[in-house]
Amino acid sequence: MTEPRTLFEKVWDDHVIHRASGKPTLLYIDLHLVHEVTSPQAFDSLRLAGRTVRRPDLTMSTIDHGVPTAGREFGIRDPLSKKQIDTLIDNCAEFDITLYGLDDPRQGIVHVISPEQGATQPGMTIVCGDSHTATHGAFGSLAFGIGTSEVEHVLATQTLPQNKPKSMGITIDGTLAPGVTAKDIILGIIARIGTHGANGHVIEYRGSAIESLSMEGRMTICNMSIEGGARAGMIAPDQTTIDYLEGRPLAPTGSDWDAAVAYWLSLPTDEGATYDTEMIIDAAELVPHVSWGTNPGQTLPVTGHVPIPEFIEDPIERDSAERAIEYMALTPGMALTDIKIDRVFLGSCTNGRIEDLREAAAVLRGKTISPHVSAMVVPGSGLVKLQAEDEGLDQVFKAAGFEWRDAGCSMCLGMNPDILSPGERCASTSNRNFEGRQGQGGRTHLLSPGMAAAAAVTGHLTDVRSFA
Amino acid sequence: MNAVERIVGSMLPLPRAHVDTDQIMPKQFLKRVERTGYGQYLFWDWRRTSDGEMNPEFVLNRPEYQNAKVLVTGPNFGSGSSREHAPWGIQDWGFEAVIAPSFADIFFNNCTKVGLLPVVLTEKECAYLTELAQHEPNAEVTIDVPSQKVTANGFEADFDIDPFIKHRLLNGLDDIGITLGHADAIDAFEKSRPPYKPVLSRSQ
Ligand code: SF4
Repeated sequence: MTEPRTLFEKVWDDHVIHRASGKPTLLYIDLHLVHEVTSPQAFDSLRLAGRTVRRPDLTMSTIDHGVPTAGREFGIRDPLSKKQIDTLIDNCAEFDITLYGLDDPRQGIVHVISPEQGATQPGMTIVCGDSHTATHGAFGSLAFGIGTSEVEHVLATQTLPQNKPKSMGITIDGTLAPGVTAKDIILGIIARIGTHGANGHVIEYRGSAIESLSMEGRMTICNMSIEGGARAGMIAPDQTTIDYLEGRPLAPTGSDWDAAVAYWLSLPTDEGATYDTEMIIDAAELVPHVSWGTNPGQTLPVTGHVPIPEFIEDPIERDSAERAIEYMALTPGMALTDIKIDRVFLGSCTNGRIEDLREAAAVLRGKTISPHVSAMVVPGSGLVKLQAEDEGLDQVFKAAGFEWRDAGCSMCLGMNPDILSPGERCASTSNRNFEGRQGQGGRTHLLSPGMAAAAAVTGHLTDVRSFA
Repeated sequence: MNAVERIVGSMLPLPRAHVDTDQIMPKQFLKRVERTGYGQYLFWDWRRTSDGEMNPEFVLNRPEYQNAKVLVTGPNFGSGSSREHAPWGIQDWGFEAVIAPSFADIFFNNCTKVGLLPVVLTEKECAYLTELAQHEPNAEVTIDVPSQKVTANGFEADFDIDPFIKHRLLNGLDDIGITLGHADAIDAFEKSRPPYKPVLSRSQ
């Protein structure tokens, strides 16, 4: 009998090419996702060194960060973005890499389209020059973000030298109360552990509350693992995973499907396996959360109040709270639900999937947004957009006063024209509330799609549970 | 990558926690396709006041710190986005090392890939160096990689570094070259991959 192993250890072990003491382990990479922002310098160095892409057939590329989400038919106006996008198109053509470009209905945010196409499967190693690559861990794959030097390394060798991270098990048992979503679970975890609580670890989320989630909800949770400092987040594959994958364009078929399913079901953590760190949360205790500050750890239950810095003991955290309160223009001690907002952004790789749109639409049906709020929906992919239109969700959003946009990262980081003006305050379903993240001087509050919809209607942060 | 052995120079103090890569290198500069020239964009927003003027108070703008080679900062430095543009900018500005009580993982990794030395010291040691730099901007610090020591006038501290990263930094080794030394093992691994793993083709 072999030692009991965790999900993470099984996936790690199955990708080891070479191991030697005192050196990083060389891991094989099953799938490399590429987008326009972190790849141009990697392709350039590759060319300079006279190297080529080892496995274009294991490389998938799309354009997401810099694309406009309205008026695409007029082309890309920003000359720098245009050059960056054209550079990716040229690189993909030169190295024979599949590209879901702007004229393709499958275009969208890299972390939305790979699962949608069935390219993300359990037990794989997946990397991308993007810190939210952890999203794909929802399928029980080991997926993590890398820098541009590492992008070049994977292009050239389809491998990556890695030191083995530590493991952290977070168990959430019980039933979620109505109005509490996957976003609230992950915001609640980050509020507890802080932005570097999981540094150096791969988190496995488990327990009955996690098992009850759809794949979309699981992706939302794994997506924000990096916001707690983790290298990756993972959830064991089960029947929900298998049902999601069956029939997707890149999913295996016939006898390959049977072999794949048998392998996937061998991956969950063995009885008796242990983690370096463990944490247990009672699902019944979780409530809707919203961030008040300028890092995702500065998050509280929506029923809470802006912290009073004098009461924070740790001098470094106190200083960081003072800076955040000033930047966010808040008053210490004020109720979070008294915070008025100007904009609402519904989208991103955290909450830009069909289920997120349904959640927000359910809150909005028959209502209109507050007159001083401007709000937009940016679907995570072209296919999410089409599906939502099929279900009539676009009509609900438009009737409520939301703009209905094309797929991309959009105001999650504002590399395209969708940005906040200085001083504007946004209720956002994205993942980062750093200073200026959504536009210089902009202020971001992170929350779930349902909470974003409720805030759009009332014009201030709102507890979706008391909203009808 | 250039080899890194011994860094001698003055320090720039930035005693803030959780400095994220969106602050170090804001998104608008990520549209460039070049690999160099990012120093001018470093801490773009923090270097300016809200009306866009240069803020003479911000430490990076102060004349006495213009030649600093070592950035001394707070815990969890480099959190957030994986953008390697952040270490590129720090390096291009003229820094050769960053000293902090802790770093975010991806940022740390990226630094070691480009030869920007990340050094972890305790919070107390970082606080000492910060004060030294605040009071004596010209005070020199020496970071010696072989002996893993940081020294300054009357100050001495040891730091840990992964032995392989140390070897790579000291020799300025390119990771890809090292990996290609295992080409046979990669070929063998590829042959054993199960057929159900997804494959993309351009005709799809
Ligand atoms: S949606 Fe936001 S977090 Fe996700 S990949 Fe795009 S920019 Fe990054």
